[in-house]
Amino acid sequence: MNANVTAQISEPTEATAPERKPIEHLSVIISKGTLDMAYPGLIMANAARMSGIDATLFFTFWGLDVVTESRIDHLHVPTVGNPSMHIPTMLGGLPGMESVATEVMKKEMDKLDIPPVREMIEILSDSGARLFGCQMAMDMFKRTKEDLVPQVQDVITAMDFFEESAGAQVLFI
Amino acid sequence: MPVLEAKGNEVELDGDGFMVDSSKWTPEIAEVLAEGAGVGPLTERHWKVITFCREDAAQVGQPPGLRRISKLSGVGTKELYQLFPKGPGKLAAKIAGLPKPKGCI
Repeated sequence: MNANVTAQISEPTEATAPERKPIEHLSVIISKGTLDMAYPGLIMANAARMSGIDATLFFTFWGLDVVTESRIDHLHVPTVGNPSMHIPTMLGGLPGMESVATEVMKKEMDKLDIPPVREMIEILSDSGARLFGCQMAMDMFKRTKEDLVPQVQDVITAMDFFEESAGAQVLFI
Repeated sequence: MPVLEAKGNEVELDGDGFMVDSSKWTPEIAEVLAEGAGVGPLTERHWKVITFCREDAAQVGQPPGLRRISKLSGVGTKELYQLFPKGPGKLAAKIAGLPKPKGCI
């Protein structure tokens, strides 16, 4: 009997082939505050909005820096513990290396017409994406809503986040 | 290959509904493409965006991304999403008879 079932499953007919349903809502959890980890989530969420897909962003742990007024313009590319940099870790730790790497990345992003993080956040907000800060991370870093950029519409809990993400594909970065 | 009927003319489209030959585009075709894309009757603001896209593409050689449109066309990001709610990133280019934009922004 089991053999019959297997045979049935391994030969899907056209009628039983799963339908490819388009994504309608993307929910991104941004948990890192480095420049190279901030951009992917912001770009993916923006690409979703440009395609008519709803987008929700949740900034938690170090990701809170991406929407913190005093930090947003000063996010860095890490040069230590990052094998993709292709420089020895000891060199990466020398003073100034992180600034150089950050400047190089900012220049390259600019060449591709990718705006600075602050402008990305403005574009996302204008596009109708919804931005939320994480309550627990806010408490941990002792930040208040006033410390965040105005595009963050609310500070919510993880449970609230899942309510806001109804019907969404959730992406953790 | 899908074909669109526009005022008696047949317009060839690719698999994603973009025009294969953008030189055959006319404003009448834009109206039909807009209707098919769920964008209501085209207003003067839509036309401002569409005209910019065609002029920019003719100069640059590729359809403009959304950020470029918002910076240079005189229509801002918020309004672009109101005009093309189902995705201004693709729809502006599609209605302007251009290929799908290749940029991510």
